[in-house]
Amino acid sequence: MKFSKRWLLQHLDAEIDTSDLIARLTMAGLEVDGVEAAAGEFTGVVVGEIESVESHPDADALRICQVRGGGAIQQVVCGAPNAARGLKVPFAQVGAQLPEDVTIAAVKLRGVASFGMLCSAAELGLCTDNEGLMELDPALPSGTDLRQALALDDDIVEVDLTPNRGDCLSIRGLARETAVVTGIALREFPIEPVAATVGDTLPIKLQAGDACPRYAGRIVRGIDPAARTPQWLRERLRRAGVRAIHPVVDITNYVMLELGQPMHGFDLSRIQGGIQVRAARPGETLQLLDGTEMALDEETWVIADDLRPLALAGIMGGSDSGVDESTRDVFLESAHFSPLAIAGKARQFGLHTDASHRFERGVDPALPQLALERATALLLEIAGGQAGPLQVVEAGEALPIPAEISLRLDRLASLLGTEISAARTREILLSLGLEQLEETAEGWMFRVPTWRFDLGIEADLIEEVARIYGYNELPSIMPALAPELSAPPADPARILRAALVHRGYREAITYSFVPADMVAAVSGADSGVPVANPISAAMSVMRPSLWPGLLLAARHNLNRQAGRLRLFEIGLRFDAGPGFGQRQTLAGLATGDRDPESWADPRQRVDFFAIKGDLEALLETLGIAALVTAEQAAHPALHPGQSLRLSGPHGTCLGYAGALHPAVARELGLDQALFLFELFIDRLPEAETRDFCVPSRFPAVRRDIAVIVSREVLAADLLTAVRRAAGPSLSEVRIFDVYQGEGLENNKKSVAIGLTFQDDRRTLRDSDVQAAEDAVVASLVAEFGAKLRGG
Amino acid sequence: MDDLEPIVAQANAAVDGAESLAALEAERVRYLGKKGVLTALLQGLGRLPPEQRRAAGAGINAAKSGLQARIETRREQLAAAELERRLADEALDTTLPGSRVDVGGLHPITTTLQRIESIFVSAGYRVEEGPEIEDDYHNFEALNIPAHHPARAMHDTFYVDAVHVLRTHTSPVQIRTMERRPPPLRIICPGRVYRCDSDLTHTPMFHQVEGLVIDRGISFAHLRGTVDQFLKAFFGADLPVRFRPSYFPFTEPSAEVDIQCTQCAGAGCRVCKHSGWLEVMGCGMVHPNVLEHCDVDAEQYTGFAFGMGVERLAMLRHGIGDLRMFFENDLRFLQQF
Repeated sequence: MKFSKRWLLQHLDAEIDTSDLIARLTMAGLEVDGVEAAAGEFTGVVVGEIESVESHPDADALRICQVRGGGAIQQVVCGAPNAARGLKVPFAQVGAQLPEDVTIAAVKLRGVASFGMLCSAAELGLCTDNEGLMELDPALPSGTDLRQALALDDDIVEVDLTPNRGDCLSIRGLARETAVVTGIALREFPIEPVAATVGDTLPIKLQAGDACPRYAGRIVRGIDPAARTPQWLRERLRRAGVRAIHPVVDITNYVMLELGQPMHGFDLSRIQGGIQVRAARPGETLQLLDGTEMALDEETWVIADDLRPLALAGIMGGSDSGVDESTRDVFLESAHFSPLAIAGKARQFGLHTDASHRFERGVDPALPQLALERATALLLEIAGGQAGPLQVVEAGEALPIPAEISLRLDRLASLLGTEISAARTREILLSLGLEQLEETAEGWMFRVPTWRFDLGIEADLIEEVARIYGYNELPSIMPALAPELSAPPADPARILRAALVHRGYREAITYSFVPADMVAAVSGADSGVPVANPISAAMSVMRPSLWPGLLLAARHNLNRQAGRLRLFEIGLRFDAGPGFGQRQTLAGLATGDRDPESWADPRQRVDFFAIKGDLEALLETLGIAALVTAEQAAHPALHPGQSLRLSGPHGTCLGYAGALHPAVARELGLDQALFLFELFIDRLPEAETRDFCVPSRFPAVRRDIAVIVSREVLAADLLTAVRRAAGPSLSEVRIFDVYQGEGLENNKKSVAIGLTFQDDRRTLRDSDVQAAEDAVVASLVAEFGAKLRGG
Repeated sequence: MDDLEPIVAQANAAVDGAESLAALEAERVRYLGKKGVLTALLQGLGRLPPEQRRAAGAGINAAKSGLQARIETRREQLAAAELERRLADEALDTTLPGSRVDVGGLHPITTTLQRIESIFVSAGYRVEEGPEIEDDYHNFEALNIPAHHPARAMHDTFYVDAVHVLRTHTSPVQIRTMERRPPPLRIICPGRVYRCDSDLTHTPMFHQVEGLVIDRGISFAHLRGTVDQFLKAFFGADLPVRFRPSYFPFTEPSAEVDIQCTQCAGAGCRVCKHSGWLEVMGCGMVHPNVLEHCDVDAEQYTGFAFGMGVERLAMLRHGIGDLRMFFENDLRFLQQF
């Protein structure tokens, strides 16, 4: 909420420095967001009246005005289209200082002498939009200093109110709070009833139960359609960020800003019969003041006449019952709507209005009559007319009853961790308008003032005491928490992060929502979870895989000359199943050179086996390599000939790795080979605590063999066969060379296998080793038709 | 044996003149080998009259061992020279860079989270996590934010369906933990949260750490002490900290916490909007309604909760000016951490 500091001070008994005011409001929980001057810095500007306007002989866009300021009539050349005879405007006289270091001097404009400048509101720093000359109230005497005439030596304070403090959405409410936090007395603000001079009333029927327990209304007949909202009122509206529109609207807005009660003015001639507050009927529509046509439902409360809805209750008026420049007779509305009746309704219609903002938070139910009296008095003063009697209709027991809350002093002390004296506690609560009821054994009962909708339980009162006492005056100590020892939690993510960093990967954090088309391209059957109200199409689906995000990050970097990239991310992936999946996942991506360019090592590109090696290293680090198997398997995002699936002990899928499918790469605009892996952390088997094995004391013997087999034969199958055939003395087996090409038939490859034999109990004899080697060769020949190379 | 002397002289000269170990060996063979000159002289002793044999033999043997010693000396000289040569050959420009193995790095959000976690874990807090697609009950209702509560407007919520949202804060993890375990509790809940808001100072996804302590006799003073110590530990400096009244539906009393601006030390600058203070977290005493939603007796137990934005803390700690950089994953950004 924005407000004029001068307006606030009118309700208080002493001046206060703006910075002091800001500090005190902020430290009381009314956070001040900003302060600006009500106008730019200027001097020498007076109210000027344009006595005549003539065209400029040499410039179509300029006109020559004779302006009456303080002294003699001055000639001023002016380019504003709204310059007109009789208009009162800000007149910067020769010698005036305007904002942005402008000094006004006598000049010639296209050959015509000009003594001063007529100003727009923007030129004086009153607003930002430049809409011609600022038109002043004709009632202002010419020659008056503008700063004084408009009381411009003022600050506009913007306070960011939390939703519980609806009571401060008015000058009166802010003044009440300021009085408490500064100790300055709050001035009385008596509102005198306006006596009726005509007897006209409207029938008012309340059919909305608790939603509208009180409705005040009044007819004012015969207002002057030509009446203009006075400058002082316009200025206050402007400083609150509200535009002046029409005297009736301006007055209802003014009273809302002053007292906090939203009001509405109907053109009486547009009301057929009487007023009803009721639920909308199916099929009813309403065109709002802002022009939008609303289809209403039975959940919506409306203000209606005998024929049709006129306004959305507590939110916005309708366009065909509002006031305009022809309005002579007015019906003013000032009603109480309960927060629950209005809450969420405005948002449901995509609306957010000053009225709904206040009603949602709670408006003092004591205000409708007061506000109506205040508005009537202002209307009669500004636009004349004859007031009818004040009408108040109430729906009996539905009016909110102020809460009665007990406060226990020992609870206050234990919750705040300090003793605040009973006297101080009571003083604070009374200053906030609470009424002390009976004294109890442990403290007091209090009744909450009608404007404090946020106070309902003891903790609320304790907060009020603490808030006014000062949070920073309360003690600050560490709690004595009982120690507790427990086994460290398994944290594979932390281990994986460290291992990946050591292997040269950088951690990325990508958005959990990804473009739907990428999900389709990368994830195949897993479609993720669509967001119902995404911020954009590029952030519309909760990812079923971390690959889309990493691929987008890769593209971002490749487009910025990073040819070499290793990224990983750990986060949740989502699926459409029960609980939306939400499983912790690791994904990695590598592309470009395997290592940073170096004089020492040959350049080598990352390939499938580089990331497979990374993945194997991760499983080793977690201590679960032996529990995981890898097999060739297809994945929609991966190259069909360069992909594998990891499986756990019971065949659970633990993830995939492979080269990005070239077709997908093309679709994503990626033109260099990319390698990906994904590991489903939530499904990884747990590492068991390892038992130690005594290393053999006997020498190991190594034998190498090379076999020629068909290209389709899988290394994994060869190794399985080797292990099976070699017997228990085989301690290690590794493939140390794979060759295909010259010297071999087209569909053949040569695989060189190193066999290491070692026994725990004795030194192996040459014959033992030879027998095992022969068995291996025989089994490879039998199973795969292998031929011994060079044999 | 008058021919011995010239032979010795000749041999000495040959040994001294040998320029390599191989040449020296050739000389050794020539003079001392099986068919060597001195060996042949010894073998020729038989042809001498017996009375001369002893003296001649002693002379030859002396010459032999003299030559052997000379060869040994020469061999050591040559070996030393050879080692010198080899060392010179093998000398490297050791200022060339080493063989590169790239080291990666963690995202600054992760390192910030780890820093926060380790501070609290050292005080016995447990780390709890929860789902990011959360139900309305845990994200709002149980936290005392009923449907249509104006506070819902403080959370620009992403919806998944009629009852599920992308969690707008990590506070629902409080609820899930209290549902699962009885007090006393002392937890922190780090994680991603989502709000439907994107501009210079908001990203639709960001990170929070929520903290919760529930026990008998927990007071606002304990909250003040904990938050104050945490912030000083996190920033590694004795920063002034202040509490400002605020409003969260799930705490009462509620506070915002400000630290003195880390950029200008409170003098006022652009970063702190000339206030000298930076808002870093929200906190308060757990609202009795929240405890009751979780079947915790609010008369027996009290507690405090606090929540902080991780990006905000990371930005202050590392001097990062633009929030959006965290999620661009630009290498030039990531490489700096």
